[in-house]
Amino acid sequence: MSPVFYILAAITIAGGVAAVTLKHLVHCALALTVAFAGLALLFLDLDAQFAGFAQILVYIGAVVILIVFAILLTHGAELPRKGVFSKSWPVGFVIAAAVFAVLGWAVLESVRAMPPQAAVPAVTVRDIGNALVSRYVLPLEIVGLLLTAATIGAVIVAMHEKERAK
Amino acid sequence: MMATTPLGGYLLVAALLFAIGLAGALLRRNAILVLIGIELMLNAANLNLVAFWRYGPHPEALTGMMFAIFSIAVAAAEAAVGLGLVISIYRHSNTAELDKISRMKG
Repeated sequence: MSPVFYILAAITIAGGVAAVTLKHLVHCALALTVAFAGLALLFLDLDAQFAGFAQILVYIGAVVILIVFAILLTHGAELPRKGVFSKSWPVGFVIAAAVFAVLGWAVLESVRAMPPQAAVPAVTVRDIGNALVSRYVLPLEIVGLLLTAATIGAVIVAMHEKERAK
Repeated sequence: MMATTPLGGYLLVAALLFAIGLAGALLRRNAILVLIGIELMLNAANLNLVAFWRYGPHPEALTGMMFAIFSIAVAAAEAAVGLGLVISIYRHSNTAELDKISRMKG
């Protein structure tokens, strides 16, 4: 294992843990940004340049901004009085730990069957673009339609009641 | 140049990130934190897809990469709709705390 991978994995996991445990919601959003950036760097480490930059553009550029807007619009910046974790937190913690145990066991059991090393694939952004408009053109159109519908739906759902009644 | 990290390392990181996201979605009171947990789980799945693409027998076919890119786009749509729902719920019940939203409780 390369030290770069260890550093990136540590950044990603630390960001994820901070994002779900910190008290202030704004701090959670900032920690989430760190986790997303770590994931983008892991994608780059995997020689998936396009996925890495798409991750930065979509998640850090758009999703985190949306989350910060939602936090401020719902007055989430104020500290909750009763604590941040729900009443049934031991059950949820046990479920999450059990899921990780099962996944980790499955990965460790099958590690011998995995390919140990792989040559760097000679894939350029041009190849990805060609594939997107030839073989994957129908999924691309459907994703475009989905994004349009989701944007309109989000606006309608969050629209003010009185304005909708007009 | 060959990759020096084995596939299992990436899969373990993705599994840990998925468990963290699940814990966040299950443990937190605030609806926005639940959405953050879901985003972390989706990202862990993306990491798996890209890792399998990288170590698969035919990376030049781009299948896993395309799956990850479309997954990112669908996750963005999901985030927009989810946060719109949270804001709408906040307008109705004046709170984003999931414990207090009990209108549909039987």
